[in-house]
Amino acid sequence: MSTEQIPVTDTPLEIGGRTLRSRLILGTGGFKRLETLAEAIRATRAELVTLALRRIDPQARGSLTDVLDECGVELLPNTAGCYTARDAVVTAKLAREAFGTDWVKLEVIGDDRTLLPDAPELLLAAEELVDDGFVVLPYTNDDPILARRLEDVGCAAVMPLGSPIGSGMGIRNPYNLSLIVERANVPVILDAGVGTASDAALAMELGCDGVLCASAIARAHDPVAMAHAIRAAVEAGRLARGAGRIPRRLHAEASTPDAGLADLTPPVE
Amino acid sequence: MIFVNGEPRHRDGATIAELLADLGVEDRARGVAVAVDGEVVPRAKWPERRVTEGERVEALSAMQGG
Repeated sequence: MSTEQIPVTDTPLEIGGRTLRSRLILGTGGFKRLETLAEAIRATRAELVTLALRRIDPQARGSLTDVLDECGVELLPNTAGCYTARDAVVTAKLAREAFGTDWVKLEVIGDDRTLLPDAPELLLAAEELVDDGFVVLPYTNDDPILARRLEDVGCAAVMPLGSPIGSGMGIRNPYNLSLIVERANVPVILDAGVGTASDAALAMELGCDGVLCASAIARAHDPVAMAHAIRAAVEAGRLARGAGRIPRRLHAEASTPDAGLADLTPPVE
Repeated sequence: MIFVNGEPRHRDGATIAELLADLGVEDRARGVAVAVDGEVVPRAKWPERRVTEGERVEALSAMQGG
């Protein structure tokens, strides 16, 4: 990776002892063609991408892992579809076998309508996987207390949702996200809910360390163009956060001084 | 009778490696993982672990996912 891939004013993102220049993590789900996925990876400049494990399909064409290897990205297997801590833990161990990585995007969901995390099962699974040597990146609710508990059991990052997976509803509770950012001692990655570039920029402006995005890119009308847009948004939001926004004011404050204003009053007739 | 990815098969006594060959994946073992009755079978055991009557084999590989 060349240094031009990181804004000059930024520092790399460090998670679990790994240094990432890109603050955008790409989810591989939803791309209709592997060629488009590869193009989107290049456009996002992502160095870490998620993938899943499913029953072998003898009819499957093309190898996902070959494509990802050619792109030179690191793999972040997920435990998508798991409803219990036990299933998630076994799935993480299977992923470790399959991909030779002890990194895991831990997902333990509560129902198939909201795909929201099941907090007690999530915490249980996180603790067990950390004890087993995994680098655990949990997909979590936008709950500051749960985020803290996940950090306490040794998660390498916390990944709160902006809104439900695939909903494209953006960040529904920026206040909670700010509370998570304020006291986290591990990286905070916004995971789920991004619908378009401005959502990713807002996440970074709120102080997130990175953004994980799948559907917003994969299901966009032009995925590669959206990949460029969200990459730029993550960088813009990060720069804006560092630059420090002006305070919001109820009334206007002139940016042009009053002093020296010309007297243009016509003479009295 | 055993079960491979939910399908009944008359392959009692076959090794995991043989069952994977049935699925045509022996040459792309990267990205593949196997569980029997909900327990991981490490790659190193695939040539020797035989699957017996009633056991459920899950043979998994990489899939796109967020």
